Amino acid sequence: MLEVKDLHVSVEGNEILKGLSLTINAGEVHAIMGPNGAGKSTLSAVIAGKEGYEVTQGSITFEGRDVLEMEVEERAQAGLLLGFQHPIEIPGVKNIYLLKSALNAQREARGEGEIPAPEFMKLVKEKLANMQMDPSFLQRAVNEGFSGGEKKRNEILQMLVLQPKLAMLDEIDSGLDIDALRVVAKGVNSLRDEKRAILLVTHYQRLLDYIVPDRVHVLVEGRIAKSGDAELARELESRGYDWVVEESAA
Amino acid sequence: MSDVQSEVQTFLDRLAERNARRGEEPTWIAARRQAGAARFEAMGFPNRRVEAWKYTDVRAIARGDFALASDADFSPATAAALTLPIEAHRLTFVDGVFSAALSQLEGLPEGVQLLPLSRALEENHEAVGGPLGRLTGVEFSTFSALNTAFMEEGAVLRLAPGTVVEKPIVLQFLSRANEAPVMSHPRILVEAGGRSEATLIEHHVGEEGAANFTNLVEEVILDRNAILTHYKLQEAALADLHVASIHVEQARDSRYTSFNLNLGGGLVRTDLITDLNGQGADAHFYGLFYGQGRQHVDSHTLANHNAPHTTSNENYKGILDDRAHGVFNGKVVVKRDSQKIEGFQSNANLLLSDRAEIDAKPELEIYADDVKCSHGTTTGQLDEEAIYALRSRGIDRQTARGLLTLAFAGEVLELVDLDAISERVELAVAGKLPERFNLAGLVEAAVALGDE
Repeated sequence: MLEVKDLHVSVEGNEILKGLSLTINAGEVHAIMGPNGAGKSTLSAVIAGKEGYEVTQGSITFEGRDVLEMEVEERAQAGLLLGFQHPIEIPGVKNIYLLKSALNAQREARGEGEIPAPEFMKLVKEKLANMQMDPSFLQRAVNEGFSGGEKKRNEILQMLVLQPKLAMLDEIDSGLDIDALRVVAKGVNSLRDEKRAILLVTHYQRLLDYIVPDRVHVLVEGRIAKSGDAELARELESRGYDWVVEESAA
Repeated sequence: MSDVQSEVQTFLDRLAERNARRGEEPTWIAARRQAGAARFEAMGFPNRRVEAWKYTDVRAIARGDFALASDADFSPATAAALTLPIEAHRLTFVDGVFSAALSQLEGLPEGVQLLPLSRALEENHEAVGGPLGRLTGVEFSTFSALNTAFMEEGAVLRLAPGTVVEKPIVLQFLSRANEAPVMSHPRILVEAGGRSEATLIEHHVGEEGAANFTNLVEEVILDRNAILTHYKLQEAALADLHVASIHVEQARDSRYTSFNLNLGGGLVRTDLITDLNGQGADAHFYGLFYGQGRQHVDSHTLANHNAPHTTSNENYKGILDDRAHGVFNGKVVVKRDSQKIEGFQSNANLLLSDRAEIDAKPELEIYADDVKCSHGTTTGQLDEEAIYALRSRGIDRQTARGLLTLAFAGEVLELVDLDAISERVELAVAGKLPERFNLAGLVEAAVALGDE
């Protein structure tokens, strides 16, 4: 599904990713872990097309398409969606506007017509209930005045409505208390099926107790230094990152 | 004869024609009519060397020849489609002429007098003569002088002390697509007694293709503790010419809130002035204008803090596309010894095209030392970070821009208590945006959701 090959990325002249390769297949959940500053967020940001990142070498393909040649919105329409670590507030743009416009854009890209209003409302209300969010929230502006936890829930709500093929979640657990984390994790887990994949970027193992990954990768110095299964995450929790850093330096 | 003289003469000739057909009038009206004409003739139309008109060229009015409408015929079906869908007490004017058929005056609550100016004069002209022209005299501008020379119709609203009017009061001005353009000089007089409370909606709308000149003068007198919310919704046809001079006088502890919503008109100029004359008087000026094509929309506001402990708060937002031109001039004046004043003012403009233009000028004149005042104006484009956030969800750039423009207007609309107005304006704004996606459909969906 997603193929990242020898990816080199610079930000303002500093090389952050230095030859990262990663393959994600449909049905899999991958977690990218690593110490701060290792370039974890850079990977998902580049895949989602965020500005300010220069790809100097390597390639990213998604279902055979060259991702780096696609516009930001084309990536999302194709099913590549990034849940932000710090979702921005968009004053005045109601959540319902964002959800409906985004869903219709995706449908149009697939050659389908606009979603009928009753069908849309039914879908959105069901997803709101999944995320334990009140319908009044649809009339509120995107993230405006939301607590950290509400913003994260909102990111997942968007995922549930838009049903991405590859959901990338950047530090989705940061700033969440344990109850909110459970709701968010439940939402993410409901996206899991054999046709979809999930890429989690996280500093802490805690999240992975709730969303159990198939593969765990440790990012050190812009490269994947070690890969393993969920067991690796638990090892990192008890031993920290230093031993991986030392191993990779050796 | 110079151009300027011939411009003025065209209007004076029209006035003479009208006067010849006028019946007997009370002497005070005839005298003011004369004073208005004399003042108009002396001043002529303002040119751009006059500071208050520096950015607004009125030649489209000055060079026009406008007749006066003689009837108020209007298709009821068209009128119904244009009328705000709101339960209200309503006076309707067609090209300035009162239409009883399109008005709704039954069931006025006790303590409320709402009637066309012509009828108010018939019933008791002296009661009108006292307040009329006290706030907006012929000296104010060429347009107020011209209005005074022609005045014959309009609306009088009187609220007895303590009267609270539940339903909004709508003054509807319909403009027709006439074969030859016409002009009207409506005159509105509002006298709100102590502790009275009402919502006044002034709605300017009309047939597509209308190209008339409306020259409105409005005087609003708020007695102690009176509360008035005043909507001015201007959605006239794109060739309509619209000048409005609104003057408010506020006694102690009164509150005046203005929503000046300008969506239509080819050339639009509004002067909004309040005199805060008593302690505790409080004024709010909210404005939204959206110009497209070659529309020109000019808003001049002035808050005169003539008494201590008075407050004013202003927020105007402008959206300009194509080659539209916006003007915002907001002034706060604090008189000597008017201490403990709060005067806040903000103006933000959004330019959607490289050729759109805004001239914004906030002004503060403070002659007291214990005051809290601030003002600011910003002009910019849409927030790129927000555009990215929307695109990252699959929304194309054009739709993202549309959503953000709608949001920009929303910051004023969310202060509007009347859903019929905020929804109508939001839909109008959505309808003006490029139709890449059906934004109006989105707004409708949200409205439907809100109704559930």
